Amino acid sequence: MVEINKLSKKYNKNEILKNISLSINKGEVTAVVGPNGSGKTTLIKSILGLVKLNSGSVEVDGINIKNNFTYKNNIGYVPQVARYPENLTGNEILSLVKELRTNYEFSSQKIIESFKLSEELNKPFKNLSGGTKQKVSILIALAFNPKIIILDEPTAGLDPVSSSYFKDLILEEKEKKKTIILTSHIMSEIQELADEIIFLLDGEIKFKGTITSLLEESKESKLERAIAQLMLRE
Amino acid sequence: MHLMNKILLYEIHNTIRNKWIIIYSFFFFFIGYALFAFSGDGSKAFISLMNIVLFIIPIVALVFGSIFLYNSREFIEMMLSQPIDRKSLFFGLYLGTALPLIFSWIIGITIPYFLFTVNYNNTEELILVIIIGSLLTIIFTAIAFLIALKQDDKSKGLAYSIFVWLILAILYDGLVLLIIYTFEDYPLDKFIIGLSIINPIDLGRIFFLIQFNISALMGYTGAIFQKFFGANLGIVISSFCMILWVILPVYLSLKLFGKKDF
Repeated sequence: MVEINKLSKKYNKNEILKNISLSINKGEVTAVVGPNGSGKTTLIKSILGLVKLNSGSVEVDGINIKNNFTYKNNIGYVPQVARYPENLTGNEILSLVKELRTNYEFSSQKIIESFKLSEELNKPFKNLSGGTKQKVSILIALAFNPKIIILDEPTAGLDPVSSSYFKDLILEEKEKKKTIILTSHIMSEIQELADEIIFLLDGEIKFKGTITSLLEESKESKLERAIAQLMLRE
Repeated sequence: MHLMNKILLYEIHNTIRNKWIIIYSFFFFFIGYALFAFSGDGSKAFISLMNIVLFIIPIVALVFGSIFLYNSREFIEMMLSQPIDRKSLFFGLYLGTALPLIFSWIIGITIPYFLFTVNYNNTEELILVIIIGSLLTIIFTAIAFLIALKQDDKSKGLAYSIFVWLILAILYDGLVLLIIYTFEDYPLDKFIIGLSIINPIDLGRIFFLIQFNISALMGYTGAIFQKFFGANLGIVISSFCMILWVILPVYLSLKLFGKKDF
């Protein structure tokens, strides 16, 4: 469960997030959508403590994240762009993360097999393709069985086979009552995975609700058109 | 502390496999070979070595340090999403860059010393060069981190790094001469001492030359330094300023790292 209260964030004079309040529920996939530069990544990064808030607060499982880092034991994060120290291997990064985290149930075998990663994990990162690095990121994020999973355009670099396996994986995690936050520009993906949609525009929440309620409200049958309508309305 | 050591260990693993670190080691090996095998007089070889150290180490630390930090941006993001505090991550990254640079050149220079000098009676000089070179690595890696944290644009950051080196290593001597020439009618001693304190490269040079009392090679700032403080106090003051130079940029980059949005 993630609770955001009156969150504002500025970069220089640019106001990226404007007084945002929302709560993200356990056992649901919440998709954050919006055009480029609408503040999706900044919103995600404020939950992770990667950006410092100008005002407002973020609580994860009832704990205020300010000056706290242990709450990240419960979070798995797949960033938009994956890049690692080029001379280290996937296995080395995995064991580094193992040493940093506490209280986890580690299970990586299934993901490694499905993504065919076992050989790739022994190669240094400079020899891996972008898609493979992305798979390693997914592995690191999910192998520790975190309660909260945060995905920033996770399927952007994946081939169709891996991408569909990844979606199955997310649905399995949802069954396990995880809190999942996802950003994506692929509407079919959101329609497949998400329960809740948060539509961000210029740093403000313009819509929050289920996909069905969004479709009903906009009288459209396709999510893509409904979102486009929301954008045009502004 | 505990978390920092873990990061540091992996960072060192990553950095020592970097081909530039290996090339850096070989560079000092060949310099050492050329100086020790062909120079009859040990002291002369060390003065030449000191000049190369004062020139090369700052630029390597600046460029390598800033490129390293720019290339680690996404990795820092990923690490900060793990349960680790920013301070531990910062020191892990910083020492993970500075220590391999130090090891690399120390190994490079020490091997030819033991292979090619006939009687090892210059070990004291070698140790002093190693101390000064290591301090310069620590200082300039921290300055590189400071620049890379302050400036998000990689090419601008690199340009600033090179600019800092140009000023401190090249233009500085000319600037001092120009000031002395222009204001020759005024008492400049204290001002010149102030100038040498703001340049860690000059401090390193003064430290080395006072230690070995090679006043002829000391340059203007060094001579004034010695005249003003005397040899012993000169050494104390120059080493104190060197230590300040280590603490200040590390402290400032740590502060920046703590506040930065990744």
